[in-house]
Amino acid sequence: MTTNDNHGLRLIVRYLVLILIALMFCFPLVFMIISSFKPDQQLLLDSGNIRAFLPVGDLSFDNYSEAFARAPIALFIFNSVFVTAITVTLSLLLCSTAGFAFTFMEWRGRKLALSIILATLIVPFQAIAIPLLLLASKLPWIGMDGLTWGWLNSYHVQIIPFIADGLTIYLFAQYFKDLPGELIEAARVEGASWWQIYRKVVMPLSGPVLATAAILKFLAMYNQYLWPLMVVQEEGYRPVMVGLQYFFQLNIAWGEVMAYLSLITVPVLAFYLYLQKAFIASIASTGVKG
Amino acid sequence: MARITLKGLKKSYGNAHVIKGVDIDIEDGEFCVFVGPSGCGKSTLLRMIAGLEDISGGDLNIGDLRVNDLPPKDRGVAMVFQSYAIFPHMTVRENVAFGLTVSGASKQEKEAKVAEAARILQMEHLLDRRPSQLSGGQRQRVAIGRAIVRKPRVFLFDEPLSNLDAALRMDMRMEIGKLHQQLGATMIYVTHDQVEAMTLADKIVVLKDGLVQQIGAPMDLYHNPSNLFVAGFLGAPSMNFITVQVTAIDGDKVLVSGPGLNDVAVSGKRGPFTVGQTAILGLRPQYLGVNDDTGLGKLHGKVALSERLGAETVIEVTQASGLPVIATLSRDVVFDVGSDVNLSFDPDHAHLFQPDESFTKNAH
Ligand SMILES: Nc1ncnc2c1ncn2[C@@H]1O[C@H](COP(=O)(O)OP(=O)(O)OP(=O)(O)O)[C@@H](O)[C@H]1O
Ligand SMILES: [Mg+2]
Repeated sequence: MTTNDNHGLRLIVRYLVLILIALMFCFPLVFMIISSFKPDQQLLLDSGNIRAFLPVGDLSFDNYSEAFARAPIALFIFNSVFVTAITVTLSLLLCSTAGFAFTFMEWRGRKLALSIILATLIVPFQAIAIPLLLLASKLPWIGMDGLTWGWLNSYHVQIIPFIADGLTIYLFAQYFKDLPGELIEAARVEGASWWQIYRKVVMPLSGPVLATAAILKFLAMYNQYLWPLMVVQEEGYRPVMVGLQYFFQLNIAWGEVMAYLSLITVPVLAFYLYLQKAFIASIASTGVKG
Repeated sequence: MARITLKGLKKSYGNAHVIKGVDIDIEDGEFCVFVGPSGCGKSTLLRMIAGLEDISGGDLNIGDLRVNDLPPKDRGVAMVFQSYAIFPHMTVRENVAFGLTVSGASKQEKEAKVAEAARILQMEHLLDRRPSQLSGGQRQRVAIGRAIVRKPRVFLFDEPLSNLDAALRMDMRMEIGKLHQQLGATMIYVTHDQVEAMTLADKIVVLKDGLVQQIGAPMDLYHNPSNLFVAGFLGAPSMNFITVQVTAIDGDKVLVSGPGLNDVAVSGKRGPFTVGQTAILGLRPQYLGVNDDTGLGKLHGKVALSERLGAETVIEVTQASGLPVIATLSRDVVFDVGSDVNLSFDPDHAHLFQPDESFTKNAH
């Protein structure tokens, strides 16, 4: 056998393995979507065999119409998308500027501040949830109704605590450290201000880390459960994961659960597709790989 | 307008003293080259002038202003980096215009100035490309274009040609020389290529271990090196050093002798020398005659190696002491390896140095 054949064979094996892995990741998704069209009884019967993944039997949109009747799904999705979008945007802005200051600027106490931020990475959210709740219930807010006390039952109580986080700052600082330092020095000599360097030099070269940070933040925010459960009692501000409770009452309607899950997955998929495009475009235009 | 003076300039990183008190005067419009071995602090010094490194001690003046504490953008300098440092996400046009963009120049002004810079550097056809679509030499042009477009008072170059191949390096070297004449700006140029130093410089600063060894015009340094380091650093092939004994002193002439060398009187201006001491005699390969008995100084030895380059012939001669001497003849001659040769030299072109002399600062 020539080395060329060998190479071809190895390629085939590699693709087969990759396809297998891809399928494994797809199966739960396929199961969820297919099941959302089946009546409960058939869903449970099929779940023991291959039919679970096949669109066979008595398919209908009944689960969807019942799910919509049971919970204000559009509202929940809107709430989650709204909170997530604002948090991701503000977080990217704040954490990237913080990472910028940690990497490129010289200031007193920089190392200490960075160590403290890194130290927060090892504190689980559950550990600070209660103190944070107490704090949030007392903080002032100026909104439509003028000055009010306590942040509970609002959008901002779901947004503000998650804008700054150590992991995202660390991601940016780490990525910036690997950018060619002479680019930043050249910009400084050319007369750019720090803000201009951030805007015109560093951010355009940060596509990969922006995408990574955005995905991580998006998933963390979209999957928020514990915190909104604690701080939101009004239905009007409730996010999708808390909304899942509506379907776990006395009799669990699995078909409706699947329909609900399929619906709330749509924004995630849309975000992934968008980001994938933006990610590839940024690599193509800068030649800087992550 | 843009005279640069460094007075007692120092730089330390913690306990590491990298620049140990440097005094240099650079006149307005002068082309000043910093040379020295790797790690001697050339880049550090240049970056201190640019404002990219803090100054630990001393004064730095550009024009009439002490700029120690000014940020880079307020020093009126432009810099060309070894890695070019052009922005990969911008077109050539945007790169060249960067300094104008950040200072808020109008569109027309940018257009006009970029066009002029592109014309000077003959890169009009490259303006809409991205850096990834350029060759090394073209990238270097872009970096220079970005530097000249703002008409800064001072240009700083840190080994701008070291990433280019030999032929391109020569082209770009000449272009930088022309650019200096065209713009008349003050330029400071770091290199460890002595050909670049000799050809471009009005003034060369030789550095070693963070200290100035000598400052002067290229030919000044070549013909009158103030110490062994400068003598050995400039010139190719480098100067021959022969260990000799001082046998007599007559006014400012010193009589020396050594194995395979007849007694010869040379200038003792790098003295004081004392009778009986060991000294180093420096002879440039170009000033050694072979078998022609023109000079008063004479060396004997056997040919160990001969290289014929056409225009010149380089031979390595092994002296009686066993140490080699290089001689360069500006014609094509055939030597048999192993044959005896007599080398001769004019004592006026011989240099006598103190051995392991501590380095004297500024001959001027
Ligand atoms: N951040 C730093 N911390 C400690 N030492 C440093 C630092 N930067 C540079 N140095 C030291 O300073 C000395 C001078 O460095 P510099 O880069 O100026 O040398 P150079 O003359 O430009 O050398 P080359 O020809 O290799 O570019 C070196 O010995 C280097 O190790
Ligand atoms: Mg250097």
